Amino acid sequence: MRLTLRVWRQRAADTDGALSTYEVDDISPDMSFLEMLDVLNERLILEGEDPVAFDHDCREGICGACSLVINGEAHGPERTTTCQLHMRSFRDGDTIDVEPWRAAAFPVVKDLVVDRSAFDRIIQAGGYVSVPTGAAPEAHATPVPKADADFAFEHAECIGCGACVAACPNGAAMLFTSAKVNHLAVLPQGAPERETRVLDMVAQMDAEGFGGCTLAGECATACPKGIPLVSITGMNKEWLRATRRAGKR
Amino acid sequence: MNPYPNYTTGAPARDTRAPAGPIAERWDTRRFEAKLVNPANRRKHTVIVVGTGLAGGSAGATLAEQGYHVVQFCYQDSPRRAHSIAAQGGINAAKNYRNDGDSVHRLFYDTVKGGDFRARESNVHRLAQISVEIIDQCVAQGVPFAREYGGLLDTRSFGGVQVSRTFYARGQTGQQLLLGAYQALSRQIAAGNVEMHPRTEMLDLIVIDGRARGIVARDLITGRVSTYFADAVVLASGGYGNVFYLSTNAMNSNATAVWRAHRRGAHFANPCFTQIHPTCIPRTGDHQSKLTLMSESLRNDGRIWVPRAKGDTRPAHEIPEDERDYYLERIYPSFGNLVPRDIASRAAKNVCDEGRGVGPGGQGVYLDFADAIGRLGRGAVEAKYGNLFDMYQRITDEDPYRVPMRIYPAVHYTMGGLWVDYDLQTTVPGLFAVGEANFSDHGANRLGASALMQGLADGYFVLPATINDYLARNPHQEAVTDRHPAVAEVLAETEDRLNLLLAVDGDRTPDSFHRELGALMWEFCGMARTESGLREALERIPRIRDEFWRRIKVPGTGEEFNQSLEKANRVVDYLELAELMCLDALHRAESCGGHFREESQTPDGEAARRDEEFGYAAAWEFTGTGTPPVLHKEDLVFEYVHPTQRSYA
Amino acid sequence: MALATRTDRRPSRARTLWDSSVGKKTVMAVSGLIMLLYLVVHMIGNLKIYFGAGEFNHYAHWLRTVGEPFMHYEWTLWLVRIVLVVAVVAHATSAYQLSRRDLRARPVKYAHRRGRSSYATRTMRWGGVILGLFIVWHLLDLTTGTVHPGFQEGHPYQNVVGTFSTWYGDLIYIVAMLALGLHVRHGFWSAAQTLGAGSRTRDRALKATANILALLLTAGFIAVPVGVMTGVVS
Repeated sequence: MRLTLRVWRQRAADTDGALSTYEVDDISPDMSFLEMLDVLNERLILEGEDPVAFDHDCREGICGACSLVINGEAHGPERTTTCQLHMRSFRDGDTIDVEPWRAAAFPVVKDLVVDRSAFDRIIQAGGYVSVPTGAAPEAHATPVPKADADFAFEHAECIGCGACVAACPNGAAMLFTSAKVNHLAVLPQGAPERETRVLDMVAQMDAEGFGGCTLAGECATACPKGIPLVSITGMNKEWLRATRRAGKR
Repeated sequence: MNPYPNYTTGAPARDTRAPAGPIAERWDTRRFEAKLVNPANRRKHTVIVVGTGLAGGSAGATLAEQGYHVVQFCYQDSPRRAHSIAAQGGINAAKNYRNDGDSVHRLFYDTVKGGDFRARESNVHRLAQISVEIIDQCVAQGVPFAREYGGLLDTRSFGGVQVSRTFYARGQTGQQLLLGAYQALSRQIAAGNVEMHPRTEMLDLIVIDGRARGIVARDLITGRVSTYFADAVVLASGGYGNVFYLSTNAMNSNATAVWRAHRRGAHFANPCFTQIHPTCIPRTGDHQSKLTLMSESLRNDGRIWVPRAKGDTRPAHEIPEDERDYYLERIYPSFGNLVPRDIASRAAKNVCDEGRGVGPGGQGVYLDFADAIGRLGRGAVEAKYGNLFDMYQRITDEDPYRVPMRIYPAVHYTMGGLWVDYDLQTTVPGLFAVGEANFSDHGANRLGASALMQGLADGYFVLPATINDYLARNPHQEAVTDRHPAVAEVLAETEDRLNLLLAVDGDRTPDSFHRELGALMWEFCGMARTESGLREALERIPRIRDEFWRRIKVPGTGEEFNQSLEKANRVVDYLELAELMCLDALHRAESCGGHFREESQTPDGEAARRDEEFGYAAAWEFTGTGTPPVLHKEDLVFEYVHPTQRSYA
Repeated sequence: MALATRTDRRPSRARTLWDSSVGKKTVMAVSGLIMLLYLVVHMIGNLKIYFGAGEFNHYAHWLRTVGEPFMHYEWTLWLVRIVLVVAVVAHATSAYQLSRRDLRARPVKYAHRRGRSSYATRTMRWGGVILGLFIVWHLLDLTTGTVHPGFQEGHPYQNVVGTFSTWYGDLIYIVAMLALGLHVRHGFWSAAQTLGAGSRTRDRALKATANILALLLTAGFIAVPVGVMTGVVS
């Protein structure tokens, strides 16, 4: 395959960027999108140019590091992560636009690399169960209905890649935040901190400068792990519940 | 005595400091004998933790809970992305919830045997004991393990065992356990007890007066190289499988932290013990950047086969049942498809070498779910393995519900690592190694679902108990600054190395060297090793290293985000570590676990151990790049599990 | 050692609600639903125009006497007006503040543009502005009569017919009602999500209800100008 790439190049956080055009040749349909970029980068290095910086690590769709907006879509045309997107999803001769996640809360570090530490701070605000090591009761002491365990798992699957924010017209982090809120809210282990967790996480989410939710649904469409839009509804419910209860105390 | 000129044998390895007495009481004894640090004094102690995987994340969180000031590092943009996240199948624990005959002793026994009698009994027994506490801890953190309709935890079977003791969260157990540790760590970061440095890579160890006192690390965004000081340093930086270039490791997983520690005096044990995982997706071409694992749990329901005839190129569905060879079921009837990884991998290699492999290049065997789908229905198979099937289809463009998966072995895990004593302390006082970074527990072969167990055991339970003792015995270490001559020297060395990489301005990329080294290692130090092959590798590696320093090209500068520089610097260390791996493999003229020397096999082709000569762990001491290292042997004493020829037939 | 990781001091409930993006959405949802309820009543009342001037004017007068003798003349009407004004102000203020936050959160657009979400979603903001302007015009036209050339106090039937006898009156009204339909279609479903009433099983029912509500309101309101234009109402 022969492709034309238009890639966002930006030297550093505080410099301006622009799309640069590159031709790549000899691309196999079995390559992943990132392997295609590897081919480009090997050439750029030998030509003495700066290779395209992009985040990637596990390349099996689970670490959440890779983060490219391809032809306007977070992680490209398939519902998966960029590292699991294969070139067979494109046609010979295509022009492909590659841009970084765009959101005020995710500033560009270099080229296609953005700073997603805001997500870490949302988790730090309350996305955990306070259980010091060694303090745990026997695992079978509290049975958890299978449906609840499955529900928790489906939300805990979130890989924190940020595609939801990148796809959202408002740069909102509602889907990410709701995934963790729902995961822990449904489990008995998460119950004691259920209210403080959602209030603190939502407050942190706002403080990071993410936008609000207009339920456009773009996040759930982009999510490589299929976290559903209704997850946001669940978090809203949790938040209202917590607000009601917080007022009572 | 020494048949090879390229190493010398030194004194026996340092005392393991494992307590004497009945094995089941040793961990209690050790904990009781350990000196403690007064809770009020703990905040005066700084502990550096490098890595945020299962071992590092759990260690950082637990040490911070105890009151220590933890300074933690990861090269990823977030501690949540450490490669433990990719572990699929599960975590073992001797809970015996199934009432199927499991016990702490059986888990201990299975692990020692699975490791082909090259692990330290005391450590393995402790691991088995702690395994039950790990499950409790993770459940309390909200890890959504798979459950049955009664609300209790579900388990499944894994290779090399005949009980069902593997707890799992669909095909993403590592992810869920890691997120549990990450959340515990996040809580401590928020509380100000952990100072987290993401996108910061350790480049060297600072040793002062014989003690580990800090690290040199590079901020990957600004490129700034800085020093960090502490009273103890914990390495949780993972394994070194990426020496092979193609592996199931993450692209940026690397050996720099352990290798630099080795260069500063930490002995490196059993570097040749690498695990080749039998069920990975075969490679499709030269462009391939990494290999993807298909969880071992698939062998619960999938049947492995190849055509009986050589060169049979018919599609799988056209091959009639009686022309298929379910070779694992045939050779190992009692364990069948669930033999340990080393055995399954070697069997796959053998049938492919015979010319009976399937797929492009004949480098693959079938993993067939037709029976399972027929027996359980597609829905049940989907519920258990759906995400793995999807991943397979995405990568290969083939539907595993309709055609059998094609799999082939790939480098997955490294049992070798920094030598540690019972306290997980390396030979450098104050330097500890946890998780895959150390060599403990798995011997020459790791059983499936044991890595998660070991990482969390080390981080949540073992290290927090033993590091106390070290800190209590060394309470008043003098403050260190950049002006200390030893610090200035390490800092200068690091900066010189980076500057040199940038200055060579040759004509080859870091990746091209990495690929070359990886291909060489796979050929000569992969699934089957020979004396002549290893000798050839030992001759070629220094040549590649020389060429590297003449021809490497790294664009850009050191004062910016520069992924090529990161990569090149990692390759520098691979080029040295690879040599030690080959030397270790050459010196160990026996077959055991994942280390298969063709010269040492039984008449029916199984690994033949030579316990009298090689019943030890090989701890190597660094003497200089390209100069002969010193071998220190730790004799392995088996009081409870007596070495036998492993039999899974 | 026990380590406090959280402070328990929290702002008041109202403060939490107003400061949070989720809280402001709640304000929008509740105020939106209040207005929606009003619109349903308003629409049904409007349809009385088909029964002639007598009935329509009588109904308009009754609106001022609802609740008597407990309520004084027009008290109930004013109460409703106050609630509506509060709802409109709360809705618009929240919308304005949230929109500003949203725009700030996404300062750089993608070079590769594409649209996928429904027309209603993307036009909520402009639709809201159109409806806001419409309400102003509507009040000046039929409540105060400021912009109505032939306004007669106490003769709503004649005023309505007067407005819809002009081409611009019809145009403004019909465009606004179409915008209303789109706004309600996304808004009702959205409010349900914001208030946590949505679920996987209920989603289809909610979407259907939103569509039906939107359709009925638009059709019901547009029926009035259509009646005037076709001469059924005169």
